[in-house]
Amino acid sequence: MRLNCPCCGPRGLEEFTYRGDATVRRPESPTAPAQDWVDYVYLRDNPAGPHRELWYHGAGCRSWLVVTRDTRTHAISDVVRAVDVARADKEGAGS
Amino acid sequence: MPSNRYSLFSLLRETLRGHTGWQPAWRDATPQAAYDVVIVGGGGHGLATAYYLARRYGIKRVAVVEKGWIGNGNIGRNTTIIRSNYLLPGNVPFYECAMKLWEGLEQDINYNAMVSQRGVLNLFHNDAQRNAYIRRGNAMRLNGVDAELLDAQAVRRKLPFLNFDNARFPIQGGLLQRRGGTVRHDAVAWGYARAADRLGVDIIQNCEVTGIRTQNGRAVGVETTRGYIGAGRVALACAGNSSRVAAMAGLRLPIESHVLQAFVSEGLKPFIDCVATFGAGHFYISQSDKGGLVFGGDIDGYNSYAQRGNMPVIEDVCEGGMALMPRIGRVRLLRHWGGLMDMTMDGSPIIDRTPVDSLYLNAGWCYGGFKATPASGLCFAHLIARDEPHPTATAYRLDRFARGAVIDEKGMGAQPNLH
Repeated sequence: MRLNCPCCGPRGLEEFTYRGDATVRRPESPTAPAQDWVDYVYLRDNPAGPHRELWYHGAGCRSWLVVTRDTRTHAISDVVRAVDVARADKEGAGS
Repeated sequence: MPSNRYSLFSLLRETLRGHTGWQPAWRDATPQAAYDVVIVGGGGHGLATAYYLARRYGIKRVAVVEKGWIGNGNIGRNTTIIRSNYLLPGNVPFYECAMKLWEGLEQDINYNAMVSQRGVLNLFHNDAQRNAYIRRGNAMRLNGVDAELLDAQAVRRKLPFLNFDNARFPIQGGLLQRRGGTVRHDAVAWGYARAADRLGVDIIQNCEVTGIRTQNGRAVGVETTRGYIGAGRVALACAGNSSRVAAMAGLRLPIESHVLQAFVSEGLKPFIDCVATFGAGHFYISQSDKGGLVFGGDIDGYNSYAQRGNMPVIEDVCEGGMALMPRIGRVRLLRHWGGLMDMTMDGSPIIDRTPVDSLYLNAGWCYGGFKATPASGLCFAHLIARDEPHPTATAYRLDRFARGAVIDEKGMGAQPNLH
């Protein structure tokens, strides 16, 4: 498995660290109901199929990436910088 | 009518008549309309659950529904190690219960599972690790489990070929559980399947569950590729596919599925007579009766349902092996494979009721499910039959994450965050 880093090009898996599901969202408020925190910290959809997930390119450009990968085949369909995803989310929420 | 019981006499009889009288070890059952209990998943845990339900709890109308064939999943994909060298109160009694069941398993199910108590030796490489292992050994002994601390010289007598003077990771000693060892993994599946079948359990292979039918918040049956099967109680033992199957009942689990690889070398003359683990990395090794070195290491570390992994972890495992025993450097790898690990967020399993009535969950075995097989089956059967947890498995609750009562035996789980 190789990840096509937007900054560095195709690189081997050993340069990256996996940091899990990219779709979970930290509750906005520290006083959010406890169940929201349980959902965020522990519960996962864990799909068999396309999965949006975070990878950190620690031995390269040190970008955080959002990778869309099929968990049944390991085929990667999309790699974008997490900062771009976060900006798009913010603009989407603001509009 | 030949007796179905395996014995020296049955072997002699079949030898004399050219092995023409052996019967299939279990029937190829077709699903009936309804059962008292339907177990989803015909792996080691599901089959053991069915056996103990019929044997100890008197529930005979039981079906085990398996999407592939018996022994296709993790029960045939592990490194065959059994041990009960645990530290935490929620874990020690449970895994010791498993160890005691292993010790009597073959007589109980009348099947040669090649249980071999050859010892499990966990090596330590620095003072802090020795202290941690002394603590672990003491916790084990307080719970009636055998544990023995070996110094470097004792380890050297046992395994003289290890790299004791590794500059970074010198071997200072090890914690030995002599009752630990290995079991022929496939035979566990076949033995439980045969024993359950003889008690009337239907083992239905090539039958994938596609839905869980509920009425008024209560599970009443399963939709399968071979039609609907009604069930008084539905029990899930789906290992790496737990999240998928639980989602059919609207549940979201604290589980990620990851891939774990394991390896077998070409056959060699006997030279490792125990299970040995490297304490400065993640590497464990034993030698099978055919002579192959069976070894493994960490999970690959990303969500996967693919039953195969990638090169970085293969390299990492082999580096661990070379640090521990350089003499295996020229041994050729015969084959390797991957299995799906249901990694809970604290690294410990779940045997519990669910928010859906009559739906029971056995999941989250991370990469330690094989050694637990008999106790997992017994405790799950107890839960299903009595609707209350078995005394040795009271800590494995589904709601422990919400309660903050996690069981972080080794700080493992899907994302250990130890680096």
